[in-house]
Formats: sequence, structure tokens, C-alpha cells
Amino acid sequence: MRFTRTKAILAVAGMSLALAACGSDSDDGPEVASDTDFEAGTTMAEIADRGTVTIGTKFDQPGFGQKNLEDVPEGFDVEVAKIIAGAMGIEAKDITWKEAPSAIREQVIENDEVDFVVATYTINDERKKRITFAGPYYQAGQQLMVKDDNDTISGPEDLKDNPDAKVCSVTGSTPSENIKEYLANDRQLVLFDIYDKCADALSNGQVDVVTTDNVILAGFVSKSDGDFKLVGEQFTEEPYGIGIKKGDVEFCEFINKTLADNEDAYNEAWSSTAGEVEGSEPAELPEADSCS
Amino acid sequence: MDAVYDNLDLFWSGFLRSLGICLWGMAGSLVLGTLIAAFRVSPIPALRWFGTAWVTLIRNCPLTVVLFMFAFGLPELGINVSYYLFGVSALVLYTSAFVCEAIRSGINSVQLGQAEAARAIGLTFGQTLGQVILPQALRSSLPPLGSVIIAMFKNSALVGAFGVGGDLWGVGNQLTSAQGYDALPVFTGVAIGYLCITLPAAALLATVERKVAIAR
Repeated sequence: MRFTRTKAILAVAGMSLALAACGSDSDDGPEVASDTDFEAGTTMAEIADRGTVTIGTKFDQPGFGQKNLEDVPEGFDVEVAKIIAGAMGIEAKDITWKEAPSAIREQVIENDEVDFVVATYTINDERKKRITFAGPYYQAGQQLMVKDDNDTISGPEDLKDNPDAKVCSVTGSTPSENIKEYLANDRQLVLFDIYDKCADALSNGQVDVVTTDNVILAGFVSKSDGDFKLVGEQFTEEPYGIGIKKGDVEFCEFINKTLADNEDAYNEAWSSTAGEVEGSEPAELPEADSCS
Repeated sequence: MDAVYDNLDLFWSGFLRSLGICLWGMAGSLVLGTLIAAFRVSPIPALRWFGTAWVTLIRNCPLTVVLFMFAFGLPELGINVSYYLFGVSALVLYTSAFVCEAIRSGINSVQLGQAEAARAIGLTFGQTLGQVILPQALRSSLPPLGSVIIAMFKNSALVGAFGVGGDLWGVGNQLTSAQGYDALPVFTGVAIGYLCITLPAAALLATVERKVAIAR
């Protein structure tokens, strides 16, 4: 049954000479491998035999992982996760989504509550001590967003000269740590639990700058009707990785290979989610790090 | 528990921040709560009405909503002060309704004859309340007042989430999310930090209660 459907889709796609078209059918999602054959004992074999997979992602990050009104998460991270699941023969309907907010991402991996985590998860050395990262699958960078009429702040280096300017970010996020070295004092930093509140605070004048990864800011800029703008260069590199159990090199290599082999699905995933935002640049799959 | 030992300085600054919010909140809500309680028993109908409306409105609103109104509603009206001031004000406002009711319960426990006697010898309402009723009322108000204040200490964690930051809860989040520490030991440390505020406070209250107890 499944075989004939796959064949039919391939035939249609072949005729229209547009393979990417099958990815746009949201019911089917990315291609699902029909004959998977993994070496016994590997994570891939275990997941393929089980026929289901549990994936951790964010439920509140617009463009990357956010629950829609039908209670199903949507976004770039979700699509990337579907590509990986598909390569192990798991259809989108057999995926169990589990919320993985920043504070417990390592924990859900260590406790085997999920098979892997795709959740705007910046690769860094602290986190590598507890888990292994596959990827990166996206290269973001931290930037500043200000009100359109703000002429005084044009980059992170201006923050020290304007000690009264307040900078907003999210509690416990990497951007909130990175920005500290550019601040004249601690009181400049205002922290909320979500970026929506930072955007509200920026529009009502409580803060002067919002800082986080460029892709998240771009979403706010496009929603603001020209009230907000991005300033300055990206001043950090935030490679987003896929979190897996520490030391699972085979699974890591499998994920990297899957992403490299599915570039069309990857591009489609980007342009239908976070890439929809006006002014965002096309995603480019970064070269994967070596697995360890 | 390495996560806690390695970051003791962070925990300490978070502890001081939380303690500051708690102390300002306690001072403010005790003063405001007593004032509203005085309104509720005053002979002037408008003040009684105001006190009742205050308690009804604020006691029945979730604290997060009150905080949200301060942090995001007031700036829309053009009132821009620091989030610290917004947060502490919201906490004071919210807790004052509970403090008011605790004190009113104490006032009601003082026999009516006391007030009548005080008025009969010519004391004004203010003198009656301040010198006769309240000194007795506060003693019997202490146990419920203690519960209200301790609940407020714990509520102070919410203030940290509304732009204040740097408090114990914020430190916990920073360590687990950004720096990748295990959540369980870090938040055990945070819990111990809060206990360091609430347990001495509870002990202090118990002592005060014993000291001011009246033999009946």
C-alpha cells in the first residue's frame, strides 16, 4: 500500500519535473523511506523497528517550533525533524512531539524521554559535555533590533556609550549571556520568559533594544509594519544542532548524511516556515561538524 | 550539587536580589494593607466602600495578571519606570488585599465594647483605632499575617519573570538553560535559597507572637 503511494507520488513528481512539489503537500510531509536497513544495535535500527519516534522541540518559538490551533507543532525545526524521521521510515503521524524548553533539553535526552531534540539548540561546549550534537543544520547569528526612529544605537558597540539604553532578551538564553560583554552595567539588561514580551516592551518604550538570533528578530520586524528595524552586523555565530544521546556517533553520522542527501526537502522546509518571513535569506545547509 | 558550589557567587547575588524584593514587598504591603483595613472599618461610607472594592478586585485577580498590568499596561499609558519598581509595586498592591483581610479579622476579634468605651471617653476614630483597637488586633492577626507574608516571599519569584531578572529564579534559569547545568541540583539550590528567606522569617514571627501574646 505504502509502496504504491510512494511510487505514485514519484511518478507525478517525475512528470512535472518538480521533485520539490511533493514536499509542499503538508499531509505527507517529507519523503518517507520505505525500505530501511540499519545495522542491528544502532539507534536507527531500534527506532525503525519500533515504528514510532519521540522528538523534543519547542512549542512556543514562532517559525521554528510552535503549536498551532490543532495542537500540532509547526516550524523549521519540526520539518527538519520530519526529514530525519522519514529517513528511518517513520511517517509524520507516527511522531510523538514532546516539549523541550531550553531549561530541560539536556535532561530529556539523558533520561531517554526523547530520541532526539531539534529546538533552536545552539551548539556549545558546555552542552557538549552532556549530550552529542549532530549538524549544525542552520547557522544563525545574534543581532540587535531597535525602533525605526532610533538613530543612537547602530550596533552592539554603541551600548556601552548609552548606559541608559535598556536591552531586552530571554532569561537563560545564549543571547542574554553573549550580550553581557557589550553592556556598561548589569542594569541595562532586562529579561523576560519569551521574546513576545520583549517586542511589547520595545514598542511601549520600556526597552530600547531587543537582542537574539537574527531569524527570530526578522519575524518581529516583518510583523511590526515598519516600527522595528535590525541594526548592526551579526556579532555571534549560533550554529543550531540536533541533540542526541552522548556518544552516539553512528546516529550523529546518519543524521548528517540524511540532511546532506535531502537538500531539496531541507530548502522546502525552510521556505515554508521560518523562510516565509519577508527579507529573510535563503537557508544554506552548513557543513556538518565531525561526530564525537 | 557541583552546579551550586561552582556558582555560589551567582546564587548569593540572586539571593540578595530576591531578599530585596521580599523586604520592600513586606514593608509596602504591611503599610498599605493596614491603611486599607482602616478604610474598611472606618465610619465614612465612601472609604468603607473603597476598601471593599479594593479587596474584592485585587484579591480575585491572579498575581500574574496584576504584574502584567503593571509591566505592560502602565507603559501604554505613558508611565515608564524601571521594571523593578513595577514589579515591587504590583507585589505590594496584590499582597495588601490579603494583609488587609488578616488585620480586619484581628480588628473584629476585639470586643465592640472597647471601641465604644474609647469613643465614650472622647477619643477620635483615629485615636480609637491606633491606640486601642489595633494594638490588640495586630496580636491576634499575627498568625494569618505570617502566612500572607510567607506566601508573598514565594510570590516574589514571579516578579523576577517580569523584566526584573537576577533573582534566585532567574539565576536558576540562567544556569540550566544557557550554561547547560542539570536542572534538578540547580533548582534544589534555588529552593534552599527561598527556604533561607522563609524559614528565618517564620521563626521570627513565632518569636514575635510569643513576645506579644496577652494572657487572657
